[in-house]
Amino acid sequence: MSDGQAFWLHGVTRQLRTEQLAGLTGTGGGPVEAVRVGDLVAVVARVDPDGYAEAALHRNLGDLHWLEEAATAHHRVVESVWRLGPVLPARLATVYRDGPALHAGVHDRRVALRTVLDQLTDRAEWGVKAYAVRSADEATEHSAGPVGGGAGAAYLRRRRAALAAGEAARQAAAEGAEAVHGALAGLAGAARRHRPQDRSLSGVAEPMVLNGAYLLPAERAAEFAELLRVLGARHPALRLELTGPWPPYSFAGLEDSETEDTEAGNAETGNAGIGNAGIEDESTGGGGTEDGGTGDGGGVEAAGVDGGRR
Amino acid sequence: MTDVLPQPTYGHGHGRPATGDTGNLADILERVLDRGVVIAGDIRVNLLDIELLTIKLRLVVASVDTAREMGIDWWEHDPFLGGRQRGSVGRGAGPEGPDAAALPEGTGRRTAEER
Repeated sequence: MSDGQAFWLHGVTRQLRTEQLAGLTGTGGGPVEAVRVGDLVAVVARVDPDGYAEAALHRNLGDLHWLEEAATAHHRVVESVWRLGPVLPARLATVYRDGPALHAGVHDRRVALRTVLDQLTDRAEWGVKAYAVRSADEATEHSAGPVGGGAGAAYLRRRRAALAAGEAARQAAAEGAEAVHGALAGLAGAARRHRPQDRSLSGVAEPMVLNGAYLLPAERAAEFAELLRVLGARHPALRLELTGPWPPYSFAGLEDSETEDTEAGNAETGNAGIGNAGIEDESTGGGGTEDGGTGDGGGVEAAGVDGGRR
Repeated sequence: MTDVLPQPTYGHGHGRPATGDTGNLADILERVLDRGVVIAGDIRVNLLDIELLTIKLRLVVASVDTAREMGIDWWEHDPFLGGRQRGSVGRGAGPEGPDAAALPEGTGRRTAEER
């Protein structure tokens, strides 16, 4: 660990030698190194301290191209390490000024890190997203209905019916998402419900109503996929999407152990990481309407980046 | 932007499980920015909002509280941060928190929240 070099932390694992990472480049383009800290290993890449000082990081993170490269490189390293053993992925942009700082950062949290690593051993994260699809029934319903009154009244009736149908559909989708998440969480060792992605992020026109993460041992993956298939058939108003296996990003949090609680915070950390299936729920309102835009069937706006993919 | 389209999906009773679909940039960004273990770094940039893929970025804010915990203040010597006050760094500062206010022009969050 030389002076004048900062360390970008990719993750923490138990056992790893730098040779096992040969050829792998980290964020910033440098080779990935395994730095032993007690019985843990910090997986790092050296970066130029100037480019990774806080102000520079802020600038860079605002640069989509930079962000994409950094995130992709980070993920590639995390995934590579994860194939060799359990890993706690570090949050993007965890940077240490020098070797001693890196060592201290990991060492101070070694107990919590070990605990969570144990819990994540031989586990993978699977992502499940549900999108509310618009059924054909709904679309035709709007034009039906009793006639009477003038054209204006008919318009208002249709409009009202359309709004009611839209609301009912949203409600149904939210309930479906709830049911799907509950069922999947029941099978998984741990589950998290993340905020549904906005259309512009998901690239999908339909509103996302579930963005779940599920922690599973390898041998349950097939069972999980089968359950998802069944759920997909049971909830035709939802389109389900499976991603994974992922390194356990969603279950690596030490939560409150950021404070000096290495020993005392242990039990709590374990709890927060694992076993609270379905409790952690950061989705807002359950219906993908986090900021009022998501649930609005009218605001298609070409789905952000690559446009119009359904 | 290489690939922000969703990869193969399944539902409605068909499709294969366990295909390693982890190449979606949106999903990667969401995970690396929003999840993962938070260990005290000298620098920890806390992105509270991961809707960064939009053209209109909603960029967010650093929290260097952990560095503060460790008594590290080296960035304060950075000319970019010359005006920054020591007391401006607080635990748990959100997007509207003092951290954001203390950032120099142009390096802080950009909140283009319209869509």
